[in-house]
Amino acid sequence: MNARFLPYVLIAPVTLFLCLFFLYPFVLVAKQAFSTGAGFTMDNFRDVVSYWKFPISMKNTLLLAAAVVPVQLALALLMATMVNKMKRGRDLVLYVWTIPLGISDLAAGIIWLAIFEQSGFLNSMMHGLGLIDRPVNFLSYQHPGVVFLAIALAEIWRATAIMLVILVAGIGLIPKEYYEAAEVFGASPWKRFTRITLPLLRPSLQTALVLRVILAFEVFAVVAALGGTLFPVLMGETYAYQFDLLNGGAAAAMALIILAISIGFTLIILRLLRVPKGATI
Amino acid sequence: MAVIEIKNVAKRFGNYQALSDINLTIEDQEFMVLLGASGCGKSTLLRIIAGLETASEGEVWIGGKRIDHLPPKDRGIAMVFQNYAVFPHLTVFENIGFGLRMQKLPNDEVTRRVTRVAELMHIDALLKRYSGELSGGQRQRVAVARALAMEPDVILMDEPLSNLDALLRMEMRAELKGVLAESNTTAIYVTHDQVEAMSMADRISVMHQGKIVQAASPIEVYRNPAAEFVAGFIGNPPMNFLTATPAGTGQWQVAGLALDGPQSGAETLNFAIRPEDLRLSEMGMQAKVKIVEPLGAHLLVTCEVDGTLFRAVLDSDLAVKRGDTLTLTPQPDRIRWFDPVSTRAVA
Ligand SMILES: Nc1ncnc2c1ncn2[C@@H]1O[C@H](COP(=O)(O)OP(=O)(O)O)[C@@H](O)[C@H]1O
Ligand SMILES: [Mg+2]
Repeated sequence: MNARFLPYVLIAPVTLFLCLFFLYPFVLVAKQAFSTGAGFTMDNFRDVVSYWKFPISMKNTLLLAAAVVPVQLALALLMATMVNKMKRGRDLVLYVWTIPLGISDLAAGIIWLAIFEQSGFLNSMMHGLGLIDRPVNFLSYQHPGVVFLAIALAEIWRATAIMLVILVAGIGLIPKEYYEAAEVFGASPWKRFTRITLPLLRPSLQTALVLRVILAFEVFAVVAALGGTLFPVLMGETYAYQFDLLNGGAAAAMALIILAISIGFTLIILRLLRVPKGATI
Repeated sequence: MAVIEIKNVAKRFGNYQALSDINLTIEDQEFMVLLGASGCGKSTLLRIIAGLETASEGEVWIGGKRIDHLPPKDRGIAMVFQNYAVFPHLTVFENIGFGLRMQKLPNDEVTRRVTRVAELMHIDALLKRYSGELSGGQRQRVAVARALAMEPDVILMDEPLSNLDALLRMEMRAELKGVLAESNTTAIYVTHDQVEAMSMADRISVMHQGKIVQAASPIEVYRNPAAEFVAGFIGNPPMNFLTATPAGTGQWQVAGLALDGPQSGAETLNFAIRPEDLRLSEMGMQAKVKIVEPLGAHLLVTCEVDGTLFRAVLDSDLAVKRGDTLTLTPQPDRIRWFDPVSTRAVA
C-alpha cells in the first residue's frame, strides 16, 4: 500500500469510533442545548444561568477546585520526589498510594461519609476521647465549613494519585547529571527542585493539571454522598435538570457550560506552563 | 593556592572495592590527568573530590583545608560533565551564569563574567540559544564556559571530549589546554584516551583496578613505566614482553640473546622493549614476520619471537614481507625489566 496513505488508513478505525460515539452525541447535545423545540435559541442558557442556584453551584465548584487542586499538586510533587529518591520498595509504595484510584468516586464518597456521619468513626473517636458528650451531625447545614472540608479531603484522598503517577513518570525521565551539575554549581536542594525539577517537569505538569482540573469541574458523586443538597455543584445541577426536572435542554446547556470552563482552564494551563521556544525538554 | 591532597582514600560500593589506597598530591595550577581503562575508578575518584560521592575512608584536602565533609559548592571546585549536563530549559547565557546566579552575584557582574568566558570559548554569538539548538562541540564549550565562569580554584573534568568526533576532539584538546593554562586553575582531567593524556597532562596518574599504579610526567610514564600494566597500557602499539632467564650476575638470556640487566636473585624477569626501540642487525633475536602494516611514516611489523607476539616499528623503506625472518636488537638504554611476581619495575 502507498506509504503516504497508510497512516491515515491506520487511524481510520479510531477516528470512526470517536466520530460515532463522541462527536455525534456531542452534536446532539449541542443541538438540544440550543433549541427548545422551535429553531435556534439561547433560552436554555438564559434559564440555567438566571436560576438562583447557578451562581452558588458555580462558586462552590470553583472554590472546591481552587482548594483541592493546589493541595493535590503539592502533595503529588512531594510524593513523586520521595518515590523517585527510593532505592527499594518503590513499587510497593506506589501501589499503595494509587489504591484510591481503583475505587469509584461514589464509593470514595461513602467511605468518607462513614467517617463524618453522626454514627461515624470521627464521632465515636471524639466521644471515646471525651471531647464531645453526644454525637454531632457534622454534615449538616449548621457546619458548612465541615461539609466543605469533608468533600475536599475525600477529593484529595481519591484523586491525588492521578497526578502522582504522571509526575513520577516525568521525574524519572530527568537525567541525574542535571542535578549533579546543579549541586556542584551551588544549588540547594530547594533550588534544585525549583530550578531543575519544576521547569523540566513542565510537560508532565501540563498533562497532570489539565486532567485534574477537568475532573475537578466534573466533581459529582463525592459531593452527592457527603453534601447532598447542602453543597450544590455544576455537575449536580446538570443531573438534577436531566433526571429530576426532566429538562434535557437545560441539562445540555449546563454540560456545555462545564465544557467551556474546562476548555478555558486547559488553555490557561497550557499557556502558563509552555516550554520556551527553542528549548527542548 | 589550590594544592589538592588525597590521603588514603578508599571507596566501597557494597562489597565491591572501587578504590583503595589512593594517595595523590596535585600541585597548584597543575594539569593532572587520571588515565585508565573503563571501570577502573577514575570517575569515582573525581566524584569524591567533587563531593558527589563520599569516600569510605580517607581525606581530601584542597588549599590546605580538609574538605571531604563539605558540600560541593563550598569546595572551590567547578566541574565539566561527560554528557555536558547543559540545562535544556535555560539559554546558553543562563547556563553559563547558573553558578553565579546561585551565588546571588549582581546582574552586571554575571553579565560581565558570562560575556568574558563566552568570548574565551568562542560562543559569544550563541548566548541566546538553547542547548537543543547547539552541536555537540558547542554544548561542550558551554559546559567548559560554565565551569570557568565560577573562577574556581580547581576544575574537574570527566571525559569531557569523549563524545566528540576525532577531529573536533583534537582541536578542543589544544584549545582546552591553552584556556586552562591561562586561567591559573588546578585541573583534574579524567580520560581513557592515552593520546589525550600524553598531550595535555603535566602529570598522568595511571589507574588500574581502583589503584594508582604510577603518577608521573607523560614522558616518564612512557619511558619508565613503573609496572607491567603501565607498560602494556601506554603506547600504541604497547611494549613487547619476553621472559628472561638468569645468565650470570647482571646477565640475562632473552630469546637467545645475552643482555645486561639488573642484579636480581629472581628465577625469571620480564624483559620489555618498545616496538620503536628495535633495530635490524646481524646478531639478535630471530623474529618470524606474521603481519606487515605500512603506516606511511614507518612500517609496523608483527612477528613471533620465542613463541610470543612481538611488534617492531621499522623504516618504511624496508622490503619486509610475511614469512621473512628478521634479526632484531633492542636499544640497550631503552630496555625495561619487570618482576613477574610483583609486576613492578626492577632497576
Ligand atoms: N553508584 C555505584 N554503585 C555501585 N557500583 C558503582 C557505582 N559507581 C561506580 N560503580 C562501580 O565502580 C567501578 C568504577 O566506576 P567508575 O569510577 O565510574 O569507572 P571509570 O570512570 O574509571 O570508568 C565500576 O566497576 C562501577 O561499576
Ligand atoms: Mg567514568
